[in-house]
Parts: sequence; C-alpha cells; structure tokens
Amino acid sequence: MSVATPAVEAASPPSRYGSMSRDRKWALRWSYFFLTLFAIFFLMPPIYMLITSVKTSAEISAASNPWWVYKPTLDNYIELLTQNQYLTFFRNSALVSICVVIITMLISVVAAFALARMKFWGSATLATGVFLTYLIPETLLFIPLFKMFAYVREWFDIELMNHWWTMIILYPTLTVPFCTWIMIGYFASIPKELDEAALIDGATWTQTLTKIFIPVALPGIIAATIFAFTVSWAQFLYPLAFTTSTDQLVLPVGIVTTLIKGDVFNWGQIMTGALLGAAPPLVIYAFLMDYYIAGLTAGATKG
Amino acid sequence: MAQVTLRKVVKRYDEVLAVRGIDLEIADKEFIVLVGPSGCGKSTTLRMIAGLEEISEGQIAIGGRVVNDVPPKDRDIAMVFQNYALYPHMNVYENMSFGLKLKGTAKSIIDTRVKQAAQILDITDLLERKPKQLSGGQRQRVAMGRAIVRDPKVFLFDEPLSNLDAKLRVQMRTEIKKVHQKVRTTTVYVTHDQVEAMTLADRVVVMSNGVIEQVGTPDELYHRPTTKFVAGFIGSPAMNFIPCKVERNGGALKVVLADNLAFDVPASRTGRYEGCVGKNAILLGLRPEHITETRQHMEVDQRPFDRTLDVTEPMGMETLVYFTIGATPICGRVAPNAGARDGQPMKLAADLANMHLIDDSTGKVI
Ligand SMILES: Nc1ncnc2c1ncn2[C@@H]1O[C@H](COP(=O)(O)OP(=O)(O)OP(=O)(O)O)[C@@H](O)[C@H]1O
Ligand SMILES: [Mg+2]
Repeated sequence: MSVATPAVEAASPPSRYGSMSRDRKWALRWSYFFLTLFAIFFLMPPIYMLITSVKTSAEISAASNPWWVYKPTLDNYIELLTQNQYLTFFRNSALVSICVVIITMLISVVAAFALARMKFWGSATLATGVFLTYLIPETLLFIPLFKMFAYVREWFDIELMNHWWTMIILYPTLTVPFCTWIMIGYFASIPKELDEAALIDGATWTQTLTKIFIPVALPGIIAATIFAFTVSWAQFLYPLAFTTSTDQLVLPVGIVTTLIKGDVFNWGQIMTGALLGAAPPLVIYAFLMDYYIAGLTAGATKG
Repeated sequence: MAQVTLRKVVKRYDEVLAVRGIDLEIADKEFIVLVGPSGCGKSTTLRMIAGLEEISEGQIAIGGRVVNDVPPKDRDIAMVFQNYALYPHMNVYENMSFGLKLKGTAKSIIDTRVKQAAQILDITDLLERKPKQLSGGQRQRVAMGRAIVRDPKVFLFDEPLSNLDAKLRVQMRTEIKKVHQKVRTTTVYVTHDQVEAMTLADRVVVMSNGVIEQVGTPDELYHRPTTKFVAGFIGSPAMNFIPCKVERNGGALKVVLADNLAFDVPASRTGRYEGCVGKNAILLGLRPEHITETRQHMEVDQRPFDRTLDVTEPMGMETLVYFTIGATPICGRVAPNAGARDGQPMKLAADLANMHLIDDSTGKVI
C-alpha cells in the first residue's frame, strides 16, 4: 500500500505521504519520554543504595546532600564481606534458592505435562485448583504450618522450626502452583500433532516429555526457573516467622535483623548488604532476559 | 502384506456420532483416498486406524492382525499431518531418524535409510537444516521422509497438502504419487479436495455424515455414482440436478423438464428407467461437460435445445455458460469459440448418453 512508483514518490511533497512516519515519530517521542520517566523512577532506589553504600556512617548521619559522596569509602563492603554472619546468610539463601528451583521445576514440569496432555478424570478441575492455591495469601498459612511443624515434631521427632533448610520445603508451596500454571499454558501451546507424531514414532510419555516437550518449551521453563529463583531469593515472611538463630537466617531477614540493633540503623551496611544481595538475580536476569520475555508473552496469550 | 480392514467401525464422542459404522477393505499396496465435506469423519477414521483415537465399536485390522488395543507405535504405521508436526528443535536428519533411534536401530542402518529417503524426496541438501529454515513444500517433503524412513506397513496422510499454495499443491500431488509408485506402501489419504482424490487414488471412498456413500475407482465414481451426494460431490463444476418427469413416448421414454423442454431417453436406458414413469421427485443429473454447444456432427444421443444465457465465464480452454430451466440454474461448458455471450440466446446440446436419473426421495441414483 505504501509503495508507490518512484516517480510519484519523488514528485509528491513528503508532507502528504509522510503522515505515517510523522505519527511514528511522535509516538516514539512519547514512548521515550515515559520510558525515561519510568527508568528514573525505578532506578532511584538502587542508585540511592549505591550512593549510601559508599558513604561513611559519619557522612550518612551528617545530613549533607544525600545524592553526593564527599569521601567515598569501601569500608561497608569490606566489613560485610569479612563478617562470617553475612556470608552465612548468603550461603543459606543460595542453597535454599537452588534447591527450591530444582524441586519446583521437577514437580511443576511433570505436573504441567500431565495436566496439559494426559486427559484423565478431573484433570481440568485439578489444573484450576493448582492456580487457586496460588491465590491463597502466604500469611494465612502461618498458623496451619506452625501446627503441622508441631505434629511433625511429635510424630517423627524432627524439629522443623528454626532451620534454614525448612525453607526448602516451605517455598515450593509458593513457587510450584505458579510455575505449574506457566508450564501448563506453555505446553498447551505446543500443537497436539507433535506429541501424536512422537507417539507414532514410538516415544513413551516420558520420552515425549524429555525429548520433545522440554526442548520445545525451553523458554517457558527458563521463565518459570527465573520466577522460582526470584521468589525464593526475595522471600521474607516465611523465614522471618520460622527462623530465629543468626546462623539459620537467609539474606533478606538476616540483613534486617542483624544490622538493625534496637533503634540503631546501620544504613551503610544495610544498603551494601541489599545491593550485594540483589546481584545474583540481576546476573541471572541479564543472561536470560530474552528468554524470560519470550516466555512471559507466550504464557500471556495462551494462558 | 498389509491390508487394512475396517469392520462396522463406530466412533462416539459423548453425544456426537462422528463415524457411524464403516466397512472398508483396503488391499495391500493400494492407494485409498477418503474424501468428503468438512466434519464428515475422515480424520476421525484415519486417526482410529493410526491408534490416536479409541474405537468405540467395531474392529480394525492391519495385515490381518486386529489392532483395536494396540498402541500406535506397535501398529507399524506412519502418519503425515496437515501441519507437518516436525520437531522444531531437531534438524531434518534428526527429525527423520527419531523413530528409528527410539527403536534402537543401528546407527549405520539409520544413516542409509535416511539418506535413501532423502534421495527419493530430493532433500539431501536440507538434512542439516531446522524446520523453520524450510519452505512449506520442503517441510512437507521432510514430513513424508520421516514416514518413509520407518518403512511402515501403512502410510496415513491427513490433508497433507492443504497448507500449500495452489501451484505447489499440484506439484506435491505428483510427488506423492511418484513416491507411492517407488515405495508401494499401502496408503490411506484424507482430503476434502475431490481433484486430489481423483488424481491420486486407486480407489476413492466418499464419506458424508459419518458413513461411506460409495467406494470405487475415480472412473466409477465419475461415471456411475450411486447416490445424489456422490454425483454432486465428484466433478467440478458440480453436476446439474434438474427436476423432471419420465413419460412414455411410444415404445421409448422421454424426460420432460420445465419450460416445455423434453429429451428422448437413449434406447439403451429404456429398461432401466421403465419404473420411473409417472413418478414424482425425479431429478435429471447432467454434468456441465455434457451440456455443450451444438456441432455439425452430433452424437446419436445428443439432444439440441435453445436457451438464453444469463452469464458466461470464459476460462481460456473452455467457457462456462449459466442459464435456467424453469427455476433451476444450470451450468454448461462450451468451446471458447462457440460464440457464447451474456444475455444472448444460444443453441446447446445435452448429451443424454451420460444422463443420470435420481430418486430425490431416497437420494439414490436409478
Ligand atoms: N474431540 C472431539 N470431540 C467431540 N467431537 C469431535 C471431536 N473430534 C471430532 N469431532 C466431531 O466429529 C466429526 C468428524 O470430525 P472429523 O475431524 O473426522 O472431520 P473431517 O472429516 O476430518 O473434517 P475436516 O475436513 O474439516 O477435517 C465432526 O462433527 C466433529 O465435530
Ligand atoms: Mg480433518
């Protein structure tokens, strides 16, 4: 439609045929305007964290310009990274998150495959049920969980309170439903003929899952992995409620409970700790960003 | 040896009866085409043979073995899907070898077979490519290659060409025919395109509404349809159905149409149509190609008549002419130089040697 013969194009003034590109130009200007606005808005906290983390305590408490550093220092970093405490939090968080991601993906990929492809009695209801559990706020589960822990202690003599590894069994209650839901949407978007072809080719259900579905749905799996990692890395309420000893804390809770002593806020170290804590998800995002976006949009249209 | 036998096969989806009792004998090495309008149960029938749908009632046997409860992989069949269903993350070679690999076939044998199939289909240069780097026609070939490599007893095709453009479809049609001549595997092919059916099939199965209307060679279906449905379905443009009455004309018969038109029935057909005399709801079936311009030397059974044309459609090698008899719109095919003009009268000839009489109350051809 837009292609005219070269002669006509050359003869007509650009303003008559240029309305399309002029519209586009304005749209671009507006989108850049808002994108800049958003970027400033969302980058302000991390930048503030970065600035504060390289200040001395004296400079922070002296209410000078909060957006400028007069005497930059790495003391906060050195102090945190030489403290065993902080490294323990980091290790706990890392172990919990990695285990949770593995458990979540093992459960949700297989569950989603069954729910999306093996039509069995009640499979549709079950799929909806999976999503509904995700809608239950975690705070509602504290009391039932305390109760369950008490029963476990009574019957099996296993203490679940105040252990970092308890989080490995707690977090999947948050991650599995949502990841299963993402994966159901993703698997549902794979044409049915693909597994039928595999079935005729002689693949078992397990082989269809491992050799066809998982490779084809890899973007979705990566999206789900990132989600599971982010949720378990940033989870705050469960560890706050179920762990108390310093050596059992995970990073988000550890920073808050050990660096705030009474009403003394050690702002420099809090900011440093949070900034370092944000690094692993950031690195993962940077590597898997393209897949993550592809995964989210695919889930959006099919879910 | 791979005959396929269907006995009283029924498929029920909850309330819907998709296939209602099909009996069919497919001989070894035969190319059978299932054809019919959308929703008539062709795919369902094919998928039951493949084992992708359970059989509600009846029996299906492949190579003499009843396969009702045999899973698809053990039926020794290969299927080509409408959307090709190539594994997107594997290259062409891996796509074609996947089935053999699962069976644990030796690498060297796989390699020979894949190369051989690639040669038959002329895709040797594409073996390293991923499906998304292929054109529609190439994907179609790979899908066929994947079927050939497994050397199955039966090939099943479900509308394999309907995603291709018209020109490529004709080309691939020839290709499929060539492949069948080379590998000689029993084939069941589903399409809703009657031209595809006629050109490919040894025998065509015309289905409608979950039942088989007629089974026969393309020639039989064209010249001797047994039902009004088949008569109207096979051939393009479709056969004209003209309400008529059969009357005696001395010792012979004549069909009387609207507008005071009457044609003498060929002497050879007198016996066959004797019973129709005076009956209501009789249709004269005449294909467009049997309504032509009058010529100098007419066949004995060509009957001339005059009509005013409504519309003409020049097609190049022929011209389609449209007119009415009574209220019935009729299509005829005349030579491009026969002088057919919109709105002008024309001398036409009906070839009654190719007439059919249909009892409209039963839908059967008499
Ligand atoms: N899973 C299903 N559940 C319920 N009804 C179905 C199902 N699959 C097919 N049907 C019905 O069975 C009938 C036959 O379907 P089928 O797919 O065999 O048609 P078809 O002849 O292949 O048509 P087309 O040319 O459009 O592919 C249709 O009426 C369809 O609605
Ligand atoms: Mg179909």
